[in-house]
Amino acid sequence: MELSEHLFRHEAGRMVATLTRIFGTQNLALAEDVVQDAFCRAFEVWKLRGVPENPSAWLMATAKNRAIDALRRERTARTFEPELSRLIQSEWTLAPAVEELFAANAIKDDLLRMMFSCCHPRLPEEAQVALMLNILCGFSVDEVAGAFVSTHAAIEKRISRAKKVLAGSRKLFDLSGHFEFSSRLPAVLCALYLLFNEGYHGASPESAVRVDLCHEAMRLSVVLLEHPLGATPATYALAALMNLHAARLPARTDASGNLNSLFDQDRSRWDSNLVAEGQRLLDLSSTGPDLTEYHLEAAIAWVHATATSAEETDWKRIVSLYEMLMRIRPSPVVALNRAIAVGQHEGPARGLEEIHAIVELDRLVNYPFYFAALGEFEFRSGAYDISQQQFRKALALARNPMEREFLQKRIRACEQADALASPVSVNKRA
Amino acid sequence: MSEYVFLYRGGEAGRSPERVQQSMQKWMAWFKELGQKGHIKDQGQPLERAGKLVKGKQKTVTDGPFAEAKDVVGGYTLIEARDLDQAVELSKGCPILEVDGGVEVRPVMKLNM
Repeated sequence: MELSEHLFRHEAGRMVATLTRIFGTQNLALAEDVVQDAFCRAFEVWKLRGVPENPSAWLMATAKNRAIDALRRERTARTFEPELSRLIQSEWTLAPAVEELFAANAIKDDLLRMMFSCCHPRLPEEAQVALMLNILCGFSVDEVAGAFVSTHAAIEKRISRAKKVLAGSRKLFDLSGHFEFSSRLPAVLCALYLLFNEGYHGASPESAVRVDLCHEAMRLSVVLLEHPLGATPATYALAALMNLHAARLPARTDASGNLNSLFDQDRSRWDSNLVAEGQRLLDLSSTGPDLTEYHLEAAIAWVHATATSAEETDWKRIVSLYEMLMRIRPSPVVALNRAIAVGQHEGPARGLEEIHAIVELDRLVNYPFYFAALGEFEFRSGAYDISQQQFRKALALARNPMEREFLQKRIRACEQADALASPVSVNKRA
Repeated sequence: MSEYVFLYRGGEAGRSPERVQQSMQKWMAWFKELGQKGHIKDQGQPLERAGKLVKGKQKTVTDGPFAEAKDVVGGYTLIEARDLDQAVELSKGCPILEVDGGVEVRPVMKLNM
């Protein structure tokens, strides 16, 4: 029997969530120890005896036995829920109580409960995302640090602070309250969106890490869609957006890991299954009166995903979608994207005009793609000198080797275009 | 062909789930290769890390482990190889070596009875 991809990562999330429900959020560390223990055991046994028929069930059963041991060992030293505390005092009730808490029906929504718990309103967004990666996706501190291009110490601090907040809430989020569910849902969607974006546009130089983050966000959004209260139009739109973007992942980098811009991508490498799934989800999202930013971003991604080339793209429609997005969620980055679409539709001069007219332009001065967009339109206007300067500014802000290589390629293109144009100016001078 | 026992000492699966998975995949690949070449007599059993030690005429019983963590035997495999040199060569592919563990290669005594 082969191991399915990321089996341990995914089981880690499920198992920690279940054990935390049983032990209480104040005992999260105990839950993590029990899971770690179960994994060590699986490793010892499976490596010699092979992977069992149902690895997930094997792991959960092992975790259950370890949980019984842990409760027996810790029943006086730790505080558990009053009900559980009572049941674990006696050997007669301990095992049956744990057995019941591990019943398939009880486990069903644990991952979702934990997902909502991670999006605690007292936590800043980046802490929510880090916590999700660590607890739900089984990323170690080092792996989270790798994904965010941060240091081990910084991420460890962020996660341990977040875990303290989680511990303070004592119990996992209760999914049965309609009102509480609906009011926390936007924060959950936002965290999943950020997680996906970190993979798609993030700073991590390793493409494997980036793809992993995207897949984790997609996996968690499926969990959300499986719950009747979670399957809202906004959730469908978010899932559609992820699928439509993910469809383009295979073409975003070439064989040597270099970044390809949307204009240079080999569109035959786009994943047509993901486009179809994105389209299906987008259809499902268009019920009810709500038009969220996810709807608009998914619609934009859909226009791109269904265009045969950059030239054939319906840029006019993209401009109008960005304009609607500006009304719902105005930001300099959205404005920049709108300006780029205008430039595609009406020519580079108009693109430059629109970029220079962005309100709060100063908030883009650390954003490499702002200068890259300027460079691109200057290039197309034939101003290779200015174009090169802009690309150099972008290069100075680039966050990883992939981006740097991409921008260096553009700078070389400026130099070549300039050299081709220069004999004319030499003649003029002579 | 002669028989040899590989005793796996120490080594750690790694702290993150993904690392556990990667180590596991390496073990599976290693055993697959050994098996395909006909070297595996018995894939063996994992051993609990804790146990008891009974010693001397007094039959004193103490709790294990009996060695430092890095030396504890975590399992064994029965191998068939031409000679000790070949068995040692085969053991060099063991993934435990990448995580500070060791493989003890011991020939099984041949009995002419």
